[in-house]
Amino acid sequence: MMKLTGAQIIVEGLIDQGCDIVFGYPGGQVLNIYDELYKNSDRITHVLTAHEQGAAHAADGYARATGKVGVVIATSGPGATNLVTGIATAYLDSTPMVAITGNVPVDLIGRDSFQEVDIMGITIPITKHNYIVKDIKNLGPTIREAFEIAKSGRPGPVLIDVPKDVQIASCEWIPEGPSAKRPLITVKESDVEKAVKMINDSQRPYIYCGGGVVIAEASDELVALSEKIDAPVGCSMMGLSAIPTNHKNALGMQGMHGLFASSKSLAGADLVIACGVRFSDRATGNKSKFAKGAKIIHIDIEPGEIDKNIEVQLGMVGDIKDALSRILSLVQSKQHPQWRNQIEEYKQKTASIDVTPENMRPYSVIDVINKYITPQTLIATDVGQHQMWAAQRCNFSKPRTFISSGGLGTMGFGLGAAIGASFGTGQKVVLITGDGSFGMNLNELATAVSTGTPVIIVIMNNGVLGMVRQWQTLFYNKHYSNTVLDRKTDFVKLAKAFGADGYRAETVADFEKSFKSAFESGKPTVIDCIIDKDEFVLPMTPPGGSIDDIIVRKNEINMN
Amino acid sequence: MKKQFVIAIRVSNRFGVLTRVSAMFSRRGFNIDSLTVSPTETDGVSRITITMQGDDYSRNQMIKQLSKLNEVLEICEMKSESSVIREMALVKIRCNSNTRQDIITIANVFRANIVDYGIDSMIIIVTGESSKLDAFIKLVKPFEILEMCRTGAVSLERGEACLRDKDMEYINSLKNNCE
Repeated sequence: MMKLTGAQIIVEGLIDQGCDIVFGYPGGQVLNIYDELYKNSDRITHVLTAHEQGAAHAADGYARATGKVGVVIATSGPGATNLVTGIATAYLDSTPMVAITGNVPVDLIGRDSFQEVDIMGITIPITKHNYIVKDIKNLGPTIREAFEIAKSGRPGPVLIDVPKDVQIASCEWIPEGPSAKRPLITVKESDVEKAVKMINDSQRPYIYCGGGVVIAEASDELVALSEKIDAPVGCSMMGLSAIPTNHKNALGMQGMHGLFASSKSLAGADLVIACGVRFSDRATGNKSKFAKGAKIIHIDIEPGEIDKNIEVQLGMVGDIKDALSRILSLVQSKQHPQWRNQIEEYKQKTASIDVTPENMRPYSVIDVINKYITPQTLIATDVGQHQMWAAQRCNFSKPRTFISSGGLGTMGFGLGAAIGASFGTGQKVVLITGDGSFGMNLNELATAVSTGTPVIIVIMNNGVLGMVRQWQTLFYNKHYSNTVLDRKTDFVKLAKAFGADGYRAETVADFEKSFKSAFESGKPTVIDCIIDKDEFVLPMTPPGGSIDDIIVRKNEINMN
Repeated sequence: MKKQFVIAIRVSNRFGVLTRVSAMFSRRGFNIDSLTVSPTETDGVSRITITMQGDDYSRNQMIKQLSKLNEVLEICEMKSESSVIREMALVKIRCNSNTRQDIITIANVFRANIVDYGIDSMIIIVTGESSKLDAFIKLVKPFEILEMCRTGAVSLERGEACLRDKDMEYINSLKNNCE
């Protein structure tokens, strides 16, 4: 049998798992791993980012776009702690990821050695599972188990901390091929029957679609069910790409900044079929008033999600794809003309959109993007107003084309994630971001340029932290505490300094011209779009509010 | 409604497992009243017994969240009507020739044992359900308790049913309001 060093086992183990790309940043305690990456560069690509956080987001973006396990490597101490935000982001959005960190040799652990940190202790609450491997014999099996855990059931990040002496020690190892996913549990037949009866009895059904549908690859079944029972589909932000935006049953996002038709239909439904959602506070608003008068069916792979945030009449634990296809085959075909008319009426009430070529409004920028992208193009975002505008207005045709930090709401997520997503799919990525978010991790522009990643960065530049400012306007007497950035940064020059293309757009016509040429060239490009600082994200259901409190247009706001 | 629950967990005895279990409580915002860990009849498997207070929601959430941990093999609530639940306390009480006999009488009533006997103090060991220990402590308090130490609960289900044979499928249908 072959004897391999720990570092060889890590690299061979990754290749054995089918991993051909890793994102990371070298350092003292991972030198041996990097030496093996060097020797095996024809079998596994390493993408060097500008910062470990960017590498973690890249691995996350790769996993979101492909469904495969994203891998990130970082050194001990600060390298490891720089991964923390990226790991937490992946955890909250159930992304399969394996993070490998180096650590000081075992006999130096616990002595506050140079660049020593207890990364296992730190990441316990934000990983699905984690390890410190102190015995070389456990390294091979640990890598296999880590991949198995990361991708099984509800996916999530797994961290493996490997002290340097374990990387140097050697042990027998043979390839075994990729770990299998653990078999998915399936929902109970009696629950399927109950669900079918509830759906058959419903006059105003509503499907609430979450990120679990994307992960379970159950989009086809979900769309088919919505057509068969004539039910509209509202999505959490994470579920947006599960149903094509232009499908007649798609109502778009629901929740705090959900579209009026989606939120209103949810409130008027007599049955909510919630698939792969966790009833986040951002999606439900005031829980005691959520979908009042409706029965709720909740299908999720994780038992802990049932009754966690909203108590439901029927909780079904199991694979959504299987559950939906079984329900689909048993449920009656239905038409609900009255319900549909009602929904059509709701659809008429939208935020006022003033889209003219001169008028640089957020929606008009996104409309241009929609015009040029293909069904395969990925849209990534950071976090803030631009993210909500993108979620409300972008056209999605295929699952896994919307890459956005939902649960954790990580500003600075977008650029790293966009790079990773592009590596995973070979597709162009449009990153819609804000001047605040972009400022957090714009160092990854260096990564995009040096790797030639086709990422087109559209900055909705309003010179303020717009989402926080919106809350300050509405709830804090316009005390704009630390949200007026007023930076002197010239994003066009900045882009050029990094070796990217840069444009400024002050009109929609400007923007279209720049975007068209950037999209066609596929070169890393920054387009700085100047928008008004007092643009609002509307509709808005104030925190803790319900459908009765929804603000659709700015003139409905009572500003004292 | 707040009640006290006893939850028994069988875990693979791996590095960090106790941290993971206790961290789950703090992360989810629930409190542990007591916790004991001990070896079991199976090599490499430990048994953790936790008492906590809360409503049905807290109990079900904790059982579901803990069951997600990779090391958790089986987990179940130990209901008082169908389980033996015991705690133990060591109580060091000040005594003198006037009070010694009274303390011994109390110990005898509680079937407690004297494990250290000195001129000025004794240590009494008492085992039983939580309420019995509380009652004992209340009675000896006037004699002056110098120090005391109390374990968390340990428990086994009555009859031949064993935690290791528990079908974990039941977790998927735990409901907050219909038990």
